[in-house]
Amino acid sequence: MSLDFRKDLFADERDDNLNVVGKPIRRQDILGHVTGTSPFFDDNKFDNLLHLKCVRSPHHHARIVSIDTAKAEAMPGVVRLLRGRDVPVNLNTLLSLLDFGLDDEPVLAETKVSYWGEPIVAVIATSEQAALDAVAAVEVRYEELPAVFDVEEALKPGAPTVNETYPGNHFVFYENTDHQRLRFGDTEARFARAAHIVEGRYQLTPIEQAPMEPNGAIAAPETNDRFACYTPTQGLFFSVGTCAKVLDVDLNRLHFIGGTVGGGFGGKVDSVCEPLAILGAMLTRQPVRYVLNRAEEMQVSAPRSAELWEIKDGIAEDGRILAREFKGWFDAGAYTRLTSYGVVKCTGHLPGPYTIPAVKSDIWCVFTNRTPATAMRGFGVLGVDFAIERQMDKGARAAGLGPMEYRLINAYRDGDMKATRRVASNTALVECIQVAAEKAGYPLAPEYKAMTSMTGASLTQIPETVTDSGRRPAGYTAIEKTEVSPGLGEAAQVQPTPAAPVARARTGGASSLPERPSYAPQPAPPQAAPPPAPEPPEPAPAKPRYSRYSSSIRRR
Amino acid sequence: MAKHRGRGTVAVNYPIGMNLGGDPSQALVHSNPEGQFTVALSSIDLGQGMKSVTRQIAAETLGVPVGHVYVDTADSDTGAQCMGSFASRGTHRVGNAVIAAAKEARAVMLAAAARELEVNPTDLETDGLGNIHVKGAPQRSVTTKDAANAAQFKYGESVSGSGIFLIPMSDVDVETGEMNTVSCFAHCAMIVDLTVDDKTGEISDVQINSAYEIGRALNPKLMEQQLVGGAWMGLSHAAYETTEPAYPSRDHRPFDFSSYVMPGPGDLAQHDIAILERPAPDGPFGGKGPGEMCANPVLPAVANAVFDAVGVEIDTLPITPERILRALKEQRGA
Repeated sequence: MSLDFRKDLFADERDDNLNVVGKPIRRQDILGHVTGTSPFFDDNKFDNLLHLKCVRSPHHHARIVSIDTAKAEAMPGVVRLLRGRDVPVNLNTLLSLLDFGLDDEPVLAETKVSYWGEPIVAVIATSEQAALDAVAAVEVRYEELPAVFDVEEALKPGAPTVNETYPGNHFVFYENTDHQRLRFGDTEARFARAAHIVEGRYQLTPIEQAPMEPNGAIAAPETNDRFACYTPTQGLFFSVGTCAKVLDVDLNRLHFIGGTVGGGFGGKVDSVCEPLAILGAMLTRQPVRYVLNRAEEMQVSAPRSAELWEIKDGIAEDGRILAREFKGWFDAGAYTRLTSYGVVKCTGHLPGPYTIPAVKSDIWCVFTNRTPATAMRGFGVLGVDFAIERQMDKGARAAGLGPMEYRLINAYRDGDMKATRRVASNTALVECIQVAAEKAGYPLAPEYKAMTSMTGASLTQIPETVTDSGRRPAGYTAIEKTEVSPGLGEAAQVQPTPAAPVARARTGGASSLPERPSYAPQPAPPQAAPPPAPEPPEPAPAKPRYSRYSSSIRRR
Repeated sequence: MAKHRGRGTVAVNYPIGMNLGGDPSQALVHSNPEGQFTVALSSIDLGQGMKSVTRQIAAETLGVPVGHVYVDTADSDTGAQCMGSFASRGTHRVGNAVIAAAKEARAVMLAAAARELEVNPTDLETDGLGNIHVKGAPQRSVTTKDAANAAQFKYGESVSGSGIFLIPMSDVDVETGEMNTVSCFAHCAMIVDLTVDDKTGEISDVQINSAYEIGRALNPKLMEQQLVGGAWMGLSHAAYETTEPAYPSRDHRPFDFSSYVMPGPGDLAQHDIAILERPAPDGPFGGKGPGEMCANPVLPAVANAVFDAVGVEIDTLPITPERILRALKEQRGA
């Protein structure tokens, strides 16, 4: 193992004369960690602590015919059972806090279950064992339903409906479209001119975040009708907001206390334990602990989603990639959680760190009868990066180039127009490839060693783009030019977005994006073409929507 | 039947912070009567070093020794809103909020020092060791302790500050996907050398050479911890882990760590790392965030190296020995 710094690179962009930053200062919390005294949420001790465990679906997809809790309620140590009807707002989607997507997931299932392990009844008892015994005594009768596990099958007509909020088994983006599009340039025209066509199909499977410390929460009544919640959440106010919504209480009645977290990796964003623990504390007026065991953590708590990808590249004789098309399917499992967000993030990442003059992408967020997926390290990017970099390997072989040379030829550089219609800046891919090659003894010819990220932009304009509607897309018109580059180390302090949104067409077409915020380090393309057509009025929303953070954010 | 050495190469970049923005973080900074500062955050330290890196950022901005700063995290009563620790956003978003808050507190401390020294605050600088002195005249100085004390007990000034960092949320064009994604990107190129046994399908002797560009290594040891650990996770994703090995069928699911296989200490790759620092114009002291990007390159690099070693394309993860043997049988008729 070795770690060395290439301080010679980008030296003129850096002030290395700092007191504390850049130094290997010992961690603030290391003494607690190495002596085993750092407090985790489950180290909090309470008198009269109650334990919560869930009755979970043994089926992948089933209608709930009846629930009989009489036997369980009579068992020793059982204090209270929670059902879906006890949850004040028993339908939620995590990103409703940002007004993105529709409520689609109950805290406790009432009419049907859509994945194996979905919680139906929560048992609160004086010991974990008493809770587990009572869980086993709850009698649920099911009528099994056909289940679908394959993303392509799920999108076919006649497939079982996994999630009643989305009858087509796909997320609906912007209340408008069944999938997320990216259109940049004319891929068909460029494929026709390509010397080589490379196609690939790639499959990733679900992966567990596998933190040492599982998900859980302890909730306890505080004085003055407030409730404390000790939690390992990765997003404290995200979790507060989620709990306040489903429990229908003001934020300030909840006091969330985190601390040291035993690993997250994206698996502690969903707030699956906090709402039930707090509801239990509210209804029993005693502290309630709800911690997943390892099997629950692994198979009920949300994993990284599976992804399926198809990519087609058109490559010129000289090794430049002329066009790249993506089709992607994210397997969200039974409910949205964060997968829809991952799809948009992924789209913004395409076509990877390469400059390609024609890019087309269609990505679906698909519902299937498996454990809902959520964020995980590299969210929205890791899967497609696997596919892209496999594709790059095959492309290099087709073009008769070395894999590093092929990547250098196509690497994005400062000044290049990206498929999101923003100009690249602050890039360093070329230098990373050169340094990695040097470290591994990969011989690069002088012309490749001489390349730099700073110059050599190969595509500076937005190409003529073919869209599905045939309309001239946004981007030819008004992207406002802004001055950028706050000084090194300066935090660009941006005021919260004003309440009044910039109106724009929901159907795409000749709309223009809102003015670009001043932090953006990318220069804008030159002004061109006719002014945008008048925009249609925003349709009035059918009902008030829940949006905790900002009224200006649209239904993404 | 033999062992084959193969080499796989990869290049990736990674967006820093929540895609589209709209993810504020906030910080509150205040001094006790002796010039020691508390940074109050609702942000979460997941073990990645959030407390430590924001502490260094605060100390650098305040101009005080790092021992004079303590970072308190994860309390919704005392910390102002932060979106959370995910999306490689902690260092960038929270770091910027801490800089903004620390600048306000520093200004109060310097104003008090200026009154004590009877000079203009703009004539003062900090030495990072606990002293404030007149530029060009280091003998005319006051300690940060005395300055902070004087501010509170003589001049009635609160040595404190608050800061927020927000990139306003971008829209997405439905038809073209046009959007403001994030404001900066980290980069990586990687070469993985490994051995494939075509009799057992096992991968061994993994050697990684990598170059990561991360804006600025705010703490090189925390950086190393992230990069080495992240590459381990990447290798685990590439060759070991899945909760659904028969995907899309739900058969054979693991429920514990004896059936959910991961590489052990003996399977750790030899990993030699180079760090490149091209500061992000809007990053805290140029810092980006390496936390997620470090896992990503290993997956395709391993697949590419397996192809180089034994000539089979494996486009389904994880690349288990079974999958390698099946691919050898199908693609080479071995």
